[in-house]
Amino acid sequence: MTAPIETPAFAQPANADLGSYVRAWWARTRAGDLGSLPILVGLALIVVVFGALEPVFLTSANFVNLLLQMSGIAILGIGIVFVLLIAEIDLSVAYVSAVGGVVTTLLLRPGDPGWPWWLAIAAGLTVTTFIGFLQGLVITSFGVPSFVVTLAGFLAWSGVVLILTTETSQAGTIIIQDRVVLGLSNTYLPDVWGWLLAAGVTGGYAAVQLLRQRSRRSLDLDAKPTSVLGLQVAGLAVVTGFAAFYANLDRGVPVVALVVLVFLVGWTVVASRTRFGRHVYAVGGNPEAARRAGIDVDRLRITVFMISSFMAGVGGVILASRLRSVSTNTGSGNLLLEVIAAAVIGGTSLFGGRGRVISALLGALVIASVSNGMDLLGLPAGVKFVVTGLVLLAAVLVDSISKRGRAA
Amino acid sequence: MSTQPSQDTTAPLLQCIGVSKHFGAVRALHEVDFEVRAGEVMALVGDNGAGKSTLIKGIAGSQPYDGGTVIFDGKEVHLDGPKASAALGIEVVYQDLALADNLDVVANMFLGRERLSGRFLDEASMEQDCKETLASLSVTTLRSVRTPVAALSGGQRQAIAVAKAVMWNSRIVVLDEPTAALGVAQTRQVLDLVGRLSERGLGVVLISHNLHDIYEVADRITVLRLGQLVGVYHRNEVSQQEIVHAITAGTLQSVPGMEEEEL
Repeated sequence: MTAPIETPAFAQPANADLGSYVRAWWARTRAGDLGSLPILVGLALIVVVFGALEPVFLTSANFVNLLLQMSGIAILGIGIVFVLLIAEIDLSVAYVSAVGGVVTTLLLRPGDPGWPWWLAIAAGLTVTTFIGFLQGLVITSFGVPSFVVTLAGFLAWSGVVLILTTETSQAGTIIIQDRVVLGLSNTYLPDVWGWLLAAGVTGGYAAVQLLRQRSRRSLDLDAKPTSVLGLQVAGLAVVTGFAAFYANLDRGVPVVALVVLVFLVGWTVVASRTRFGRHVYAVGGNPEAARRAGIDVDRLRITVFMISSFMAGVGGVILASRLRSVSTNTGSGNLLLEVIAAAVIGGTSLFGGRGRVISALLGALVIASVSNGMDLLGLPAGVKFVVTGLVLLAAVLVDSISKRGRAA
Repeated sequence: MSTQPSQDTTAPLLQCIGVSKHFGAVRALHEVDFEVRAGEVMALVGDNGAGKSTLIKGIAGSQPYDGGTVIFDGKEVHLDGPKASAALGIEVVYQDLALADNLDVVANMFLGRERLSGRFLDEASMEQDCKETLASLSVTTLRSVRTPVAALSGGQRQAIAVAKAVMWNSRIVVLDEPTAALGVAQTRQVLDLVGRLSERGLGVVLISHNLHDIYEVADRITVLRLGQLVGVYHRNEVSQQEIVHAITAGTLQSVPGMEEEEL
């Protein structure tokens, strides 16, 4: 489906205008590179449908709830995006996150041993990162599919969570009393901070894009037209500004949203601007080519599983903070499926090499709002599962069908 | 880069003398001599199992020879790994091209050797060099170097793989069946590209089953059969029939199974 017209080399003019930019985007979309399009359509549908069925869905109080509900999924989803990018899977993330939450919680217990919050969290994250290292080592050393190894991890780490929680508490529930850890998911930024956050995100994005445009123009390369840049920055300003405004109408922007944002930006930079990130995409696209290019593919795979487990640990602390405790149930339920669904719904391909870190956030937003909306409607659990399953299926179908478009 | 005419008087850039390779009891390559000069296109032909791939993998360093001597630029070298060959400027373009479909042209050309500014990728400078290399090879059918490789035609992919190989001050480029999967027009483009490589002064080793292609671009032709050298021919002094005969029934120094002392 390539255009039959032969154009001379690099025909795109150095200062492409808005029109040609839009046409190029449309051509990419038609060729199967859908980007964030399906997710935006999906979100619009969710807002319209649930908003019509249950007006509470659109209130500012529910918006803040949604931010809280999606944060754990988004954090774990970022790790899963990296794993999916190298065409692997990590089924252990939910229970690894539980291990991280439980270890941190146990170390925080006053006087037993009563570690300070930062040390307890660091210990929890070290443990989970090491779990990722172990799993990655087994996968690469023995050539076992990650599916099987992390499935074993799924079982084993759920057992570890049970052992740790029942050993230390008869009831199987351990309450968190540390104020900093509790504050993660239960305190809110002052209104001014919310505004500053929105301004910072927008301003930072604009600055980075302008710098890149200038350096490309100075080398006489095609640069993003200023009109497109302006529209994107304006769009971002509207979205972040509205989010801050709406959250401030209620309790304000949750602290945990700031944590999500920091990891989102940080990992996006790693994925798209560093050599490591480039190699992650290369390994996902063609491991043999990556190997011949001198990339240590095994080491990279292990690193990616460590990233996934590290983010699982971060998510575990956040989820524990939200529930103010850990219990024998921590990590169970739908968490794993919701996390993988979030990454895929957000546009990260299950086939490797295609996807972006932000897809974890977008997908988490969809998953959390579907679940939140159905809760508000008072639908029974069975219906919720069916609907969530259908949403995931739709996302995978979109991925698969657009892949066919890419191959053609 | 200076161009050197290919004359019999110039010393070979790469010279394999009596190289051998065994896989267990199987003699994949037996005391083969092979050479390529700067600015020359040396074709390498032979039937399946003749030892072409084994010879190439030895040059690439991915399967080191277990006997014989390799001389590069007048000095004896030990090609005991891909890094050793790459350090000498020997690049191999395998049939599968080793491109990552999901990455764009620039990312593929710099894969594994990405340029950084500070800690981050220097995309602008990589893109500029990529364009310059492609332009110098007259690869002109690309719309944008930011196109993912998945969207390119077979000929364009081949061109990118070749450009990637010559980008790194390479001196010898080995092309494994570069036209096998291509149509007429794209084959033309790739053969033109092969010609430009030798004009740049690179030594080009061209493996092909297609004698027509070989007669268009090759200066000399090395024929292998059953892991041994049949002979080296000048394109102008030999007919296609004679080459076909050499490939299928060329005289060998020793016939496998009949162990005898040679040399």
